[in-house]
Amino acid sequence: MIVNEKIAIEHGLKSDEYKKICDLLKRTPNITELGIFSAMWNEHCSYKSSRLHLKKLPTKGKKVIQGPGENAGIIDIEDGDAIVFKIESHNHPSFIEPYQGAATGVGGIMRDVFTMGARPIANLNSIHFGSPQHKKTKNLLRGVVHGIGGYGNCMGVPTIAGQTSFDSSYNGNILVNAMTLGLVKKNKIFYSKAAGLNKPVIYVGSKTGRDGIHGASMASASFDEKIEEKKPTVQVGDPFTEKLLLEACLELMAGDSIIAIQDMGAAGLTSSSIEMASKGNLGVEINLNKVPCRETKMTPYEIMLSESQERMLIILENGKEELAKKIFDKWNLDFAIIGKTTDTKNIELFFDDKQVVNIPVNTLVENSPMYDRKWKKSKLPKKIKIKKNTFNGLKIKDVLKKVLSNPNICSKEWIWQQYDHTVMGDTIQKPGGDSGVVRVHGTDKAIAASVDSSAVYCWAHPLTGGKQVVAESWRNLISVGATPIAITNCLNFGSPENEDNMGEFVECVQGIGEACEYLNFPVVSGNVSFYNQTKEIGIKPTPSIGGVGLIKDYTKMVTMNFKEINNIVMVIGKTEGHIDQSLFARSILDEKNGPPPEVNLFNEKNNGESLLNLIQKGHIKSAHDISLGGIIIAVSKMAIKGNKGIKFNKSKNLINEIDYLFSEDQGRYIIEINPKDLKEVTKILDQNSVYHEELGIIIEKDMIINQKTKVTIDELKSYNNNWLTNFMSA
Amino acid sequence: MKSSVITFPGSNCDRDMDVALSKFGFKNKMVWHNDKELPKSDLVVLPGGFSYGDYLRCGSMASKSKIMHSVINFAKSGGLVMGICNGFQILVETGLLPGVLLRNKYLEFICKNVYVKVDNRQNPYFKNLDKEIFEFHIAHNEGNYFCTKDQLDEIKDNNQIAIYYCDKNGQTEEQYNPNGSMKNIAGIFNKEKNVLGMMPHPERMIDQSLSGEDGSLFFKNLINNLK
Repeated sequence: MIVNEKIAIEHGLKSDEYKKICDLLKRTPNITELGIFSAMWNEHCSYKSSRLHLKKLPTKGKKVIQGPGENAGIIDIEDGDAIVFKIESHNHPSFIEPYQGAATGVGGIMRDVFTMGARPIANLNSIHFGSPQHKKTKNLLRGVVHGIGGYGNCMGVPTIAGQTSFDSSYNGNILVNAMTLGLVKKNKIFYSKAAGLNKPVIYVGSKTGRDGIHGASMASASFDEKIEEKKPTVQVGDPFTEKLLLEACLELMAGDSIIAIQDMGAAGLTSSSIEMASKGNLGVEINLNKVPCRETKMTPYEIMLSESQERMLIILENGKEELAKKIFDKWNLDFAIIGKTTDTKNIELFFDDKQVVNIPVNTLVENSPMYDRKWKKSKLPKKIKIKKNTFNGLKIKDVLKKVLSNPNICSKEWIWQQYDHTVMGDTIQKPGGDSGVVRVHGTDKAIAASVDSSAVYCWAHPLTGGKQVVAESWRNLISVGATPIAITNCLNFGSPENEDNMGEFVECVQGIGEACEYLNFPVVSGNVSFYNQTKEIGIKPTPSIGGVGLIKDYTKMVTMNFKEINNIVMVIGKTEGHIDQSLFARSILDEKNGPPPEVNLFNEKNNGESLLNLIQKGHIKSAHDISLGGIIIAVSKMAIKGNKGIKFNKSKNLINEIDYLFSEDQGRYIIEINPKDLKEVTKILDQNSVYHEELGIIIEKDMIINQKTKVTIDELKSYNNNWLTNFMSA
Repeated sequence: MKSSVITFPGSNCDRDMDVALSKFGFKNKMVWHNDKELPKSDLVVLPGGFSYGDYLRCGSMASKSKIMHSVINFAKSGGLVMGICNGFQILVETGLLPGVLLRNKYLEFICKNVYVKVDNRQNPYFKNLDKEIFEFHIAHNEGNYFCTKDQLDEIKDNNQIAIYYCDKNGQTEEQYNPNGSMKNIAGIFNKEKNVLGMMPHPERMIDQSLSGEDGSLFFKNLINNLK
């Protein structure tokens, strides 16, 4: 087949990009070469629209061992231990085929982590669906949850936390973001940088099939009515093989045979071989006849673009081939020497004794396009003036019932009960809390992790929204007693070619950057997913932030359930009554305009650090950050989990009771303390200028909000626990 | 006391079991599925996980692996063999235990704490336990125990039912059955009571920071019974 511009465009390249390829090669590429360029230059692999902006994120810090640019980020957790972690999107495939899309998303992110030598110790996920009324939502949710569980459960890695939301902007484009944390010794980390000439290039894992060809290109385009035809571009996962691959790789990594290792993720053998060569400033030569294939008569084009799962590429030390082969034989996995490193700085592929590809590596990587896309700045929306009498007819109990059973607030137990969250025997905080927590096996340390996003705030004002998500992640870690260390981000947006969507991206990233910088909470890994849209309609901007923190002594971990009758419940942080963009405004007043709550980074840092100090001193019996739904929702969840009630103090506040209970001002937490510690706690908070007020005391079975309003714990449970189960079984 | 935990390709609770057994005093060895001989053991454990990916049928391929010849011989000569979760599935596939484990009634994987009632103490596993109701943890997709009517009569007659799903007061009504298993069966013995298969994972409840501590009671008692 003779390549021309039309064929290039069918591969997702633009006319000028095709011209650039011809200029760089000083000739017309053949079809396999064109396939390779299209795979390396698509948005998913090249970050061509986002690179310019991602550079502005803070990525360094005392605890950062590896920032963005490798398979995953790495942070130091002392004593020679390190945590490897990353979040990644698998949105497009999950919409086309929810089970396999979600499953292979989980498989892919785990490979990114164990490629670096780490044993995965925890999985998290952030999943977003269309309106519950939309006809596809239920099946997509069921498929995604089964897929995440199907893969993670089989791997024997606990799924310890997550986030689920529903919003009509995801009707035509759901989001599935998967995150994995792994544990590694600092001196046993593996990287993807090739080194040395004539080193054997080894292929291990599953055989290569025709599945997933052009998966990365599919993920770099918008959907239209023909999406069903794209099913063959979705990969099929085999968690059993991945489990074997994990064990085999870790066994080989225990020795000193590996120079570099890279998993075959998006764009398969193409991106893995090219990235390794590029990082090592080397060339690579591969004989494609040596690649283990699942199907007959696969062409070079198909072999290079297949996204078959559970495969790795390894560059070995000379002479270690036999030893390595023995390990992979033991685990019944394919092992093939397919090529070697060279000094040509080209990627050279041979098939049936003919050279079929010869491209300088740098043209694929450094010379890949980078765009400074046009973008529109968002104005901060004007505050909504809510008429004084709007609240008159509202009964707090009715409102509470509605908000607590809202799909975005209600208990997600139906989901996380389908994930094995206790395997490995170190899960000390299960899903449903502020963060999931796992012990560092055999030590006193524990790692807390949480994943958050606030698409509504980001949609209302991207800059503030970006800051807010980072702040919320920080608070979720603090609430369990963890010192926040770093984040990974998954940036889900519409088309970068649309100025509004691009503006959302640029300003969210700016917000994330500002918050990370201020909170000393650097970004160590992440991924960008653009084109989350069907036809012209993009999703709400949805950056997902995966935060990771360290608890040095796991016995000091805090949970959110109310602990003891007569203990005092306090609010940390000031309640101003910001109702715009709150769940209350959206679900009760049907008001979708106005600015999101302001994020004051000074208060976030000060309040958070002061609370952490109190936790470390042992003064905090339970804690929970105040986020969606406001004070009353936070307190309700603490009451439900602890099976205890609360009697609210008579409000000394000047603001309206509804504003007080349902507003979503930032930087706030609910804490429970023993009355004997009250003096000490208030002293410390006062010394640090942290605003605080007593909210009430813990009592037995009721939540007594005011003289007229009493709700039993059983009522709270029924409001909160039933929506999702009923929805899924209806 | 010496124990052996078998690792099949796809086992994923083998380490957890090793940790638990070692914590309560067993000298434990990990044994590879492809080995021929069992090391000298007072207890052999088939751990949870997804042996061979649960492809074909849960436990079916593992039941044919090399080491299982020795395990079956060991069991037939009276040795203690305990299968947890996937291990239970493997044991029914070998025929050492009667019945089968079907997919959970609601077709979903379930991971949560449950209560189980110990029915039979005339055996090396539960002898001397002074507690009747335990809080254990389950995590499985195929725990729905089923057998023929004749088999059920037989296991009842022989007191082979080890534990039932129940509520915290020991009520064994259908509503406390998480997976649809027949008669709320959570675990059974062979006729001789030296082979035990159960869906719950006691190894996940061995210290107070985890889901609970009832697993500790089980293991402490087990090693004492074997001494």
